[in-house]
Amino acid sequence: MNIKKRVAVVGAGITLFRRRLKESGKELSFHAVNMALESAEMTRDDIDSVVMGTAPDAFDGIHMKSENLLDGAGATQKPYTHVYVGGGTGVFSPIGGWWHVASGMHDTCLVVCEEKMSPCFPHPQTAFRTIWDPITSRPLNPNLVWIFALEMHRYMKVHNIPKEHIAQVAVKNKGNALDHPSAQLGAKITVDDVLNSEIMVYPVNRLDISPPSDGAAALILASEDVARKYTDAPVWLDGVGWALDSAYWTNRDLYYPQYVEEAAKMAYKMAKINDPPKEVSFAEPYDPFTYKELHHLEGLQLAKKGEAPKLTVEGVTARDGDLPVCPSGGLLGVGNPIAAAGLMKCCEAFWQLRNEAGKRQVPKAETGVCQAWGDLMQVGTVCVFKRDS
Amino acid sequence: MSKNMKELPGTPLSGKELKSEKVITFKWRPNAKYAWSAGIAYGRFLDELKAGRIIGRRCSRCERIIVPPRMFCEHCFVATDEWVYVKDTGTINTFSLSYLDADANRIKDPILVAVIDIDGASPGVGILHLLGNVAPDKIDVGMKVKAVWKPPEEREGSVTDILFWEPLED
Repeated sequence: MNIKKRVAVVGAGITLFRRRLKESGKELSFHAVNMALESAEMTRDDIDSVVMGTAPDAFDGIHMKSENLLDGAGATQKPYTHVYVGGGTGVFSPIGGWWHVASGMHDTCLVVCEEKMSPCFPHPQTAFRTIWDPITSRPLNPNLVWIFALEMHRYMKVHNIPKEHIAQVAVKNKGNALDHPSAQLGAKITVDDVLNSEIMVYPVNRLDISPPSDGAAALILASEDVARKYTDAPVWLDGVGWALDSAYWTNRDLYYPQYVEEAAKMAYKMAKINDPPKEVSFAEPYDPFTYKELHHLEGLQLAKKGEAPKLTVEGVTARDGDLPVCPSGGLLGVGNPIAAAGLMKCCEAFWQLRNEAGKRQVPKAETGVCQAWGDLMQVGTVCVFKRDS
Repeated sequence: MSKNMKELPGTPLSGKELKSEKVITFKWRPNAKYAWSAGIAYGRFLDELKAGRIIGRRCSRCERIIVPPRMFCEHCFVATDEWVYVKDTGTINTFSLSYLDADANRIKDPILVAVIDIDGASPGVGILHLLGNVAPDKIDVGMKVKAVWKPPEEREGSVTDILFWEPLED
C-alpha cells in the first residue's frame, strides 16, 4: 500500500445531543466546526478540504442535504465531498478525510457530521421505511426495529445468551454518559430497569434502544508535518477499514457480522496491530442497540464469538476494566444523531488519547478503535487511533 | 467533549414546543409516488406466488439455490442459470414479536415476524415473512412452518399472497 502521509487528528468539536434542538442543521454544523477549529488553534483558512457525513436525507426532508449544509460546515469555495454509508457514515467520514490527507493531496481536511432527526413526523421511523426492498419486504409493512430484533434473537439463540447479560450494556453506557456533557440519556439504571421497560419488538425493550437525536460533531485531520506545527500531542489515524455485505440479508446468518471483521482486519493490518485484545486499550463500537455493542466487539476481534456478553458482566468493558468499551456513553447514553453519533466516537478517541476526557478518562489510553454500522445490517466502518507512546 | 471546554452549543426543544409553534416552523408533506418494475427475477417470483408456488434460482458455479431469486449470483458474480421450485414449508431461523407498527406507533397485539429458511433452497437461505395461527409463547427458532396462502382469486402477485406461515403438524 502506498500511503504518502501519516494522518493526525488535531482538533475536535461537538454540540449537545438532544431529541430536538432549536438550531438548524447549518447552525449545529457551524458550532461543531468552530469548536474543532478552536481546539486545533486553526482558522478556516488553514482548511484545505472538507468531508461531510450525514445519514438519510429523508430525516431532514432536504434532498442533497450535505450541499444545503455546506455553508455551516465551512466548505464554500473548497474541495467538498459528501460521503454516505448509512449508519456507518459517522466513522466513514474520517476515512473519507483520511484519503484526502494520506494521499498527499491536501495538508488538512475538516470532517463534519450532522443529523437532525426531529423534523420527520410522525416519527423518524417513517423515513426509515424506505430502506426496505419495495418488492420483497415493504408489502409486509415492516418497521426497521424488526431487523434488529431478528438479528439480536439469532445472536442470543446461537450462543444461548441470557437477556440479562445484554441488558448490562445499557446500564454501563447510560452510566458512562452521565459524565459526557453532550449526553441526552445519561442515567443510573439497573438490569431490571432494562428488562422491565416496555417491549418494543421482542426481544428488544425500550431501554435496549438509543434515541432519535439532533446534533453535530467535527474533527480536523492534518498530515504529520503540518500537525507537528500545531500541536505537540497529535493523535494518529493509523488504520482505516470498511466492508459491506449483501443486501439479501435473509440469506446470511445474522449471528455474526462478518463485514465488521473484514473492516477491522483491514484497519488493524494498516495500523500494525497483530493482537487486538492486547494492543487495543479502549473501544467505541457502534451501540444503537445493546446487543450491537457485543456483536461488534466480536466482529472487531476484541472478544471471541459469543463471549462479549460475559466480558460485560465481568466488568472487563467498564471504564475501569481491562478493555473499556464506550467510555463516552455511546449512542445508548450520549444519543444517536446518526452520522454525528459515529463521529462522536472518533471525537471521544481523540479526547481519550490526549488525556482530555475528564471524568471519562480511561487509564493508559494508547490505542483506540471506533466502529460504526448500518443499512440492512450490511456495513462495517473502522478507524484505529493511536498516540505517540 | 474535552475537559478544556466548558460550554456546549445547542438549545433543547420539547416536542410540545415544536408542535405548538412556539418556535417558527415550516411544514411540508411530500406527495411523491413510485412505481417499481419488479424486474426479471422478482417478476417471475411474484407470478409464481400468484400461482401458489415459490420459485428460486440456481447458480451452477456455487450450486446455491437462492430465494428470493436473482438473475445473478452475488458470490460468484455470474448469471444464475436455472429456475427451481422450492417448497412452501420451512424452518424458523429467527423471529420477533413487534409491538410497533410501521410508523413506530404502539400496538396491542404483536405482529409475529420471522426469517424462514425455505425447504428446497440452500441451507440458511430464507425470506422475511409473518407467522400466524400460533401463540407468541409457542414460537421458537427451529420450528417447522408451512405457508398459508390467500385463496387463488384474491392473489395479486405479491409476497402478501402468502398470508403468513403456521406451525407444520407432524
